Amino acid sequence: MTKYSTVLGTEGERSPASQKASFFAVVKKDKKAMFGLITLSIFTFFAIFAPWIAPHDPTAMDFEMMIAPSLEFPLGTDDLGRDLLSRIIHGTQISLLVGVSTVAIALFFGVAMGVAAGYFGGWVDMIIMRYIDLQWAFPNFIIAVYLVAVFGAGLLNVIVAISLAFLDDFARIARSMVLTIKEEQYISAARVSGASDFRIMWRHILPNAVAPIIVQATVSVSYAILGEASLSFLGLGVESDTPTWGLILADARSFISRAWWIGIFPGVAIMLTVLSINFLGDGLRDHFDVREVKDV
Amino acid sequence: MSRFLVRRIFGALIVMFAVATLVFIMLRLVPGDPIAAMLYDAGDPDAVDEIRTKLGLDRPMYVQYGKWLWNAVQGDFGRSIYGSRVEVSRLLMEALPRTLSLASLSFIIAMVIAVPAGLIAATRRNSRADYAVTFVAFLGLSMPDFWLAILLIIAFAANLHWLPAIGYVPLAKGFWPWLSHLILPALAVGTAFSAIVARMIRSSMLEVLNTEYMRVARSKGLSERTLIMTHALPNALIPVVTVIGIAFALLMSGTVVVENVFAIKGLGRLLIQGILNRDYPVVQGTILVVSAIFVFSNLLVDVLYSIIDPRIRLQS
Repeated sequence: MTKYSTVLGTEGERSPASQKASFFAVVKKDKKAMFGLITLSIFTFFAIFAPWIAPHDPTAMDFEMMIAPSLEFPLGTDDLGRDLLSRIIHGTQISLLVGVSTVAIALFFGVAMGVAAGYFGGWVDMIIMRYIDLQWAFPNFIIAVYLVAVFGAGLLNVIVAISLAFLDDFARIARSMVLTIKEEQYISAARVSGASDFRIMWRHILPNAVAPIIVQATVSVSYAILGEASLSFLGLGVESDTPTWGLILADARSFISRAWWIGIFPGVAIMLTVLSINFLGDGLRDHFDVREVKDV
Repeated sequence: MSRFLVRRIFGALIVMFAVATLVFIMLRLVPGDPIAAMLYDAGDPDAVDEIRTKLGLDRPMYVQYGKWLWNAVQGDFGRSIYGSRVEVSRLLMEALPRTLSLASLSFIIAMVIAVPAGLIAATRRNSRADYAVTFVAFLGLSMPDFWLAILLIIAFAANLHWLPAIGYVPLAKGFWPWLSHLILPALAVGTAFSAIVARMIRSSMLEVLNTEYMRVARSKGLSERTLIMTHALPNALIPVVTVIGIAFALLMSGTVVVENVFAIKGLGRLLIQGILNRDYPVVQGTILVVSAIFVFSNLLVDVLYSIIDPRIRLQS
């Protein structure tokens, strides 16, 4: 149905080595991508060292609540007197964890499914593609909501739900790449020289399909982070005592007329993270000459 | 055309059947007894048995499945577990116009912003206006819709008091009350879609402006305005039709979240409240209706697109 996937342009065939080297070339010549990389590095640093960086305990309450931004509380405090800056810094952990882990899982299984479908063809292709087509008919976020409806909320379930929701994107790209690459002469050469199916897929096909998969993975991380934030916001995410950006904003709803800072800063954190990933993804897309990727 | 149409309708029906089956299977895998959730006192085994028999849950799985499917086809999804045990179909009928109002207004607002923005960006390439459009589009894509909703409430409802912060008023009670309650949510839902469309129009306009027929038109001495409005824009809009499928996806995902911020009792709020309350009949019914909206709007887009561009029909 009407969805787009990544399509490789004319310049797509590069060796894996030049792709690795060129990642830094992308960032160097593209100011947007540079901004993205720096911002993401800062957020990653926050996530790893959150307990040491955060000025206060993110769960420590105080009777004096909703203090406006001040020197002691740079971003103010929330309705239970908890320091907002510390909560946002700790929230980085869940966002990045969910963003990266879900895409890693979806990439692994999705690419495996797509490569198997494209390489073996026949009934393997038919069974896998029937499933993928079914999933393709629905937006990822809706699939994630459906799955949380069945599994229930909680961090692990959210990761499973979002990973499953992204499966079809990677499977489709991998399959279409394999279908093109399969016809290349070097694949026949490898086959004639006695390489096993697995070796051909792993050593000869995958390295040449990397570019569009990287671009899709980058975009998917941004959607996964938005998805997690939305699920948390709706009360379908992690447990309610964990500070996450979506949850802080959900709590903020009742107080926005009295304490604007609770409603603004966590959203700025989400936007900056997603914007950085989009900038980076855009730079990579231009560089690898992969056409516009779309997904929801 | 008719063969294409039959094949696509058949495909859509199969997808709906698969979704209905999955919903049935999955909600029976859920841990916890739905009857225990319905009873105030689950300790009475006779009461549990009585309800089990009454609801037909003591019958074999395939009988339950057949019955459920048969009822669902007729629009009967059972009753809500909570409160006055309202029929799910009634809840859905009340929710549907709210969600459709929100989604269509979001679509209109998004297009009204996106088309001129994309046009200006393309015709004044690399100007300040172009950079501004590109940057704002990036922001629009990166902002979570529920946060944008909160920002809009802070600005236009809590501080300026121009528009109401929450709720929904049916169109029957007047155009302005209906519209005023929907403007902020529609902006929150439509922004991401608007960003996608603006970028798309910009790039497809740039492509069209470079074609041979544009050079011919220009060499005829047509004014720049005629050139853009009658030759370039219509052609640049063709690929945009394909994003209408994406529009449904984005707008429906958006309404699910944003309805919950503005307390609009549409399908999204019904779905989320159903999940939070473990009100399974409501969840099942809403999932089926939301899925049906997707599947058939995708079908509609494919058919429309095949009318605009007949080459589509010959593929696959």
